Amino acid sequence: MASSPGILIQQSLLYGESEVDIRISNERITEIGPHLEHQGEELIAAHDRVSLPAFVDLHTHLREPGREDAETIRTGSMAAALGGFSAVFAMANTAPVADTAGVVEQVFRLGHEAGYVDVFPVGAVTVGLAGERLAEMGAMANSAAHVRVFSDDGNCVSDPLLMRRALEYVKTFGGVIAQHAQEPRLTEGAQMNEGELSGLLGLTGWPAVAEESIIARDILLTSHVQSRLHVCHVSTAGSVELIRWAKSNGIDVTAEVTPHHLLLTEDLIRDYDPVYKVNPPLRTQADVLALRQGLSDGTIDIVATDHAPHPHESKDCEWNYAAFGMLGLETALGAVTLAMKNQSDWDWRTVAERMSITPAHIGQAREHGRPLEVGEIANIVLIDPTAERLIDPHNFASISRNSPYASMSLPTVVTDLIRRGHFIVRGGELCA
Amino acid sequence: MKHLVSIADLTRSDAISILDTAAQLDQVTEQGAKKLPTLRGRTVVNLFYEDSTRTRLSFELAAKRLSADVITFSAKGSSVSKGESLKDTALTLQSMGADAVVIRHPASGAAHQMAHTGWISAHIINAGDGTHEHPTQALLDAYTIRRHLAPEGQDFEGLTIGIVGDVLHSRVARSNIALLSSLGAKVIVVGPPTLMPVGIEEWPCEIRYQLDDSLAELDAIMMLRVQQERMSGSFFPSSEEYSREYGLNRSRAARLPEGAIVLHPGPMNRGVEISAEVADSHRSVITEQVANGVKVRMAVLYILIGGDTHG
Ligand SMILES: [Zn+2]
Repeated sequence: MASSPGILIQQSLLYGESEVDIRISNERITEIGPHLEHQGEELIAAHDRVSLPAFVDLHTHLREPGREDAETIRTGSMAAALGGFSAVFAMANTAPVADTAGVVEQVFRLGHEAGYVDVFPVGAVTVGLAGERLAEMGAMANSAAHVRVFSDDGNCVSDPLLMRRALEYVKTFGGVIAQHAQEPRLTEGAQMNEGELSGLLGLTGWPAVAEESIIARDILLTSHVQSRLHVCHVSTAGSVELIRWAKSNGIDVTAEVTPHHLLLTEDLIRDYDPVYKVNPPLRTQADVLALRQGLSDGTIDIVATDHAPHPHESKDCEWNYAAFGMLGLETALGAVTLAMKNQSDWDWRTVAERMSITPAHIGQAREHGRPLEVGEIANIVLIDPTAERLIDPHNFASISRNSPYASMSLPTVVTDLIRRGHFIVRGGELCA
Repeated sequence: MKHLVSIADLTRSDAISILDTAAQLDQVTEQGAKKLPTLRGRTVVNLFYEDSTRTRLSFELAAKRLSADVITFSAKGSSVSKGESLKDTALTLQSMGADAVVIRHPASGAAHQMAHTGWISAHIINAGDGTHEHPTQALLDAYTIRRHLAPEGQDFEGLTIGIVGDVLHSRVARSNIALLSSLGAKVIVVGPPTLMPVGIEEWPCEIRYQLDDSLAELDAIMMLRVQQERMSGSFFPSSEEYSREYGLNRSRAARLPEGAIVLHPGPMNRGVEISAEVADSHRSVITEQVANGVKVRMAVLYILIGGDTHG
């Protein structure tokens, strides 16, 4: 867009700290300081709003192509923007699977056409996510979509030799393997966290060891072949300890946690409501506390939503027959804020690191997750830190409604999103 | 009490009152009344997503003996097998005016969802949901034990009851452990560790891996059915080994105390968890369990629905 007048954000709290004005023109931040002179820009009075680099979600399911009844790249992008994200990484488990240059380019293009957020496709590690032979990762890396993150998410790359090869192969172009850590034999038919409650409810257990054994193995493989590993949706206290050990030994591993694993526990399953069915499953309070601590101290690098839309009928049924997954984009900040509210050392700078700077770095989204400094691309989210929002999934931009936060009041509200110097969300509404 | 989904829905006195009511109904029928008018005009629906002729017939007979109208939807040949959702079926039954729905379902929690999601206002009786619970089976087991071992008493204080086998997959075991312990019995669960659920240490029972050590303590022993699919699922090396370690044969039965009884929820795998000889022996109360099932289910229907006002 040529010769836009620019934007002047007035009196926002930069990283929640000092009150400054931010001048934006030609997609970039051109000036930051107290009481900047108005030079004809679009004005936004942001008194008492927190300004942060816009969020980046390393783990989103947009369902297109294949399940456009659950979500499309367009509606998922809208949901992301409303959640304060300027970029999302779209997982490969679509139909067809994003395992070729053709599919990732299509996803990338549809994201661009939707125009709300940057959509970076994640490429499959193995053909058809079948875990048998490597997908053409080089072709996806060299495509217009410029893929750098590869994952069979939904499935685990469980074959240790194939995982080793994948970790080695992505070194060619500096990629990263994002592993959905789930030992398949230990989780056959699994429905919920394995523990006292699964025994009482008569639901097949998903034991922590099924996650931890894969993480332990992959950490050792990563060290052995000197590559780079990202662990998706860490859900157990034991996993946090393994990652802490890996980092203390200099192994190049990063990890994510979802907002729902930070906030919710398996106790919600007592009524067999499938809205709480998710993979990995909701765990215990002890796990939740360890995840919060891990995110706070940086053992866990980032928050990622694992936004997983499902049509109503996939959740309005018996627990065993219901689909795994929950929505996350539009509630991410609120859920994280609520989960972390009693954590010392949790401040807006940490939010910026865990939800924007580090995920952009892991995913190599170079224009995102940049500091709010003069000369940087203006991808900025404004947040009302004192407001609360009563969650009604019927008001979501997402096509699906499977939010575990329905009827909950979540703290903080994303009011505005600026991407590359243009409003995407203004006053809590999407700009046309 | 509105529903019977889980033993946890019952207080101890609810459970005792069901057992007492079953005993009264037994007396009335022994005095010659084949049918009681109690539930005339009420509709009881048997909704069976799993084949179980014995449980279905038991509930049908119980409802008919109380003069209820009985409708049976079984998974075969009805809309329930053609992909209609549980919710839609519930809404259909609601509009048909069902007073009670007896549901048997392969998914754990299906009865709980029927009772608590607002799809239907009828009383819900769980006739077995997945590997969760089967409360009327536990009640009929308790009724049978009471007749033999505590005919005068209210509860099971002082009794030791063994439950042997596949606790992990057994809804019968879950319901029985909860009920028998709440009635005051000491419950000892015996089986291989592969068939014990994680967290069972927190349940109100003792856990043992050897059957032989426990026999002399047991006033009653309940042998759980070994499902065919477990035999091939590496839960134990072979059905022969299972039978050697955990099967109730003549020599083991001989080591039970005088007067101890043998229960089995059926159907039995003769020669695996129980030998034919023991199943047909004087200790066995297995056929009585079937007869008692009807009385206990009558009592449950009577207490749940009988209190409703007409209209
Ligand atoms: Zn996953």
